[in-house]
Amino acid sequence: MGSQPHPVDGADAVTKVAVVTGGSRGIGRACAEALAAGGWEVAIGYRSSDTDAKEALDAIVRAGGTGAIVRLDTLDEASAKDAFDEVTRTLGPVTGLVNNAGYSQDGLMLKYPMDAFDRTMDTNVRGAFLCGRVALRSMLRARWGRIVNVSSAVALRANAGQTAYAASKTALVGLTKSLAREVGSKGITVNAVCPGLVDTDMTSHLTDDARAIYLEQTPIGRTGSLQEVANVVRFLMSEEASYVNGAVIPVDGGLTA
Amino acid sequence: MDRAEIEVRVRKVLAEQLAVDEGQVVPDARFAEDLNADSLDLVEAVLALEEEWNIDIPEDEMEGVKTVGQAVALVAQKLGI
Repeated sequence: MGSQPHPVDGADAVTKVAVVTGGSRGIGRACAEALAAGGWEVAIGYRSSDTDAKEALDAIVRAGGTGAIVRLDTLDEASAKDAFDEVTRTLGPVTGLVNNAGYSQDGLMLKYPMDAFDRTMDTNVRGAFLCGRVALRSMLRARWGRIVNVSSAVALRANAGQTAYAASKTALVGLTKSLAREVGSKGITVNAVCPGLVDTDMTSHLTDDARAIYLEQTPIGRTGSLQEVANVVRFLMSEEASYVNGAVIPVDGGLTA
Repeated sequence: MDRAEIEVRVRKVLAEQLAVDEGQVVPDARFAEDLNADSLDLVEAVLALEEEWNIDIPEDEMEGVKTVGQAVALVAQKLGI
C-alpha cells in the first residue's frame, strides 16, 4: 500500500464514493446532490426518515447520478460501522465523507437541559469523530480521501442562547485541524465549512426578530441557499482542492467578517 | 497455523504496509528507527494485521510493540498460538 504513488492527476485512480451523514434533508441533501453532479457515487446517510432519503436519492438518479441510501445513526458506533460496510458492498470503498448530521436546540445556559447538551455534543462532535474514524480506514488504503465537516458560523461568531451548539461546532473546527495534521501526508484532506444563516429545517424555528438580526449582520443581506453551501463542499471534496487542508471556510455572506 | 507461518504472514503484511523490502522486515527490526515508520504508518499496519486475521488489537497493547518480532508475538498471542 505504502508503495503506491499518490494519484497525480485526480481521483480517477480511486473509487469516488462519498458518505453524507444527515444526507436526506437540508444542507446534507444539497451536498449529496452536488457531489453526485460532481461525479461522486453518494451514499445518503439517514437516521429516521427513509422517505426523505429515498426522495433525495431519486433526485440524484433523475439528474443522472448514482448513489444509495443507508441507515446511519451517528450516535451509535455499531450503526456507523454497519453503514460503512454496507456502502462498501453496494458502491465501493468510501473515499469521501461529509459530516453533516447535526442537532441544534437553543436555550440559555442557566436553564439548558443537560440531556440536550449531551445530544448536541454526541451528534455534532462524537458522530463526526466516529464516522471519520470508520471512513479513514478505506481512505488510508486508497491513499486518497476527502473529509468535510459541516461546522457553523457560530464557531466563529457566537450567539447568546447557543452555548451547546457553539461549543459543538467549535469542537468540530478543532477536530478538523487536528485530523488535517494527522492524515495530510496520506493524500487525505480534512476541511470545515461554517454556514451562516441558511434556510433549513434547523433554522425554521427562528423568530422573525432573530432572523432580522442575523440578516442585519450579514453584509450580503439575505439568507444563503443550500446550493451555495453545497457548492463549497463540492469544491473541497474535489481534486481541485488538493492543497486545501485544515481550512475553516465561512459560507455566511460575510456574517463573521 | 504455527508460529513460523504467522511470522511469514506478518512480515509480508508489514512489508506491504510500510513499503519496505520484505528482507528488511526481520524480527529485530525496529519500526521507527529501522523501518522509518511514523505513528500513523504503525496504526495502518495494525489495521492491516487486524484485517488479515480478523483480530482486535487495542491501542494499549500496540504501545509496547516496537519491533517486528514483538508484532509477531502479539498476533500469535491473539490467535492463542
